[in-house]
Amino acid sequence: MSLKDQTTLRVVLYEGNGAQPLEASDRFATMTALLEKGFAVTRATGEGRVAPADRTSLLVLGRFDGGRAPQAEDTDNQVNIRFQDISGFDINRVGETVESVRTETNAAKHGDWKPWFPVIDYDRCTNCMQCLSFCLFGVYGVDEEQKIQVQNNDNCKTNCPACSRVCPEAAIMFPKYKAGPINGDVVSDADLNRERMKIDISALLGGDVYSMLRERSEKAKSRFSKERDADKALSERQKCLVKLASAGDIPPEVLMSLPSPEEIARRAEEAKAKAQAALGAK
Amino acid sequence: MTPPRILYCNCTYAQVVPKEVKEAVLKKLCDSGVAFDAVADLCEMSARRDPSLKRLAEGGAVRIAACYPRAVKWLFHATKADLPPGSTEVLNMRVQSADEVCAALFSGELKPNLPAGKVSRPSAAELPRTEVTV
Repeated sequence: MSLKDQTTLRVVLYEGNGAQPLEASDRFATMTALLEKGFAVTRATGEGRVAPADRTSLLVLGRFDGGRAPQAEDTDNQVNIRFQDISGFDINRVGETVESVRTETNAAKHGDWKPWFPVIDYDRCTNCMQCLSFCLFGVYGVDEEQKIQVQNNDNCKTNCPACSRVCPEAAIMFPKYKAGPINGDVVSDADLNRERMKIDISALLGGDVYSMLRERSEKAKSRFSKERDADKALSERQKCLVKLASAGDIPPEVLMSLPSPEEIARRAEEAKAKAQAALGAK
Repeated sequence: MTPPRILYCNCTYAQVVPKEVKEAVLKKLCDSGVAFDAVADLCEMSARRDPSLKRLAEGGAVRIAACYPRAVKWLFHATKADLPPGSTEVLNMRVQSADEVCAALFSGELKPNLPAGKVSRPSAAELPRTEVTV
């Protein structure tokens, strides 16, 4: 399933003219429940401004006067507007109503995927293509002007910040990461030095983590062919993975799910070729 | 002067914003008489390239209760919905207390704080059509 271009159902909690305000505790509970289910909610009152309307489907909830929801439609026929009186509804019923409208309007379904993906800080990015040549999962690509961009964020491996570790400018963020500057915190000189040190460590280990994996694996294979010692080969690979996990804060499950060494080699070459082509075309 | 809009992000799909902070901020917003927009998770919307982010970025001055300003700026940019740099204030619920965030949300003076960024020539795609030379 592609994550792209699905819009969110906009729910409006209407408390303006022609409707009774909700009790404060009901309002908070309703807001919380809808946000936890992934919806965007606008609270509309007589005071303050909210984001303008667009072509998103609108579901307007309220305790309307007389218990009757108004009838209205967009005369330009661009916005699908529905009104629902929620007088006497409990939280569950409100939730069910909204979910049913979401299905009918084909709006995005939420919660199937933890939003873990890289976000590029173009103020810092130098378009060096390290991230593109590093990532084995095809997350990065270039636009028509050969500028690096995140193209397939749903290919990203949850909780893996490895590409941000190879970025020499600390330009790659994962906003849900635990610590700065990867989480979006300000990048300090100390952070930059630390990031550079990590790359040096990676270089010391053998150029990049994937070539390191490959080399280790080949060594293990050759030993395996000589000694026929499968346990030793496995132990070698495991040692390598542990080292990688701690150096790059890469979740063990990501490392354990890496493809075979041959496939890693193929993908690494493919990614590098893409990066070189992009750099050459500039 | 028209007060800025308020946008609240619930960071629903991760536990990186302290629960007590986001709940207290949302409660305060709900208890006030003020209209506001709330989204479940700006990251998730950005990942989906949700066109709604354009609507949320438009409409003038805005205060956003979310996380780090640098992250918020580029999450919007990723969907081609840049926030107005001179009239956006981002309040960081990851590091600020609920009281600090609420005080700023309801204060009169907007303090824009998006990272300024480097000065660079816009790409051809970013220039208005009339300025593109053939």
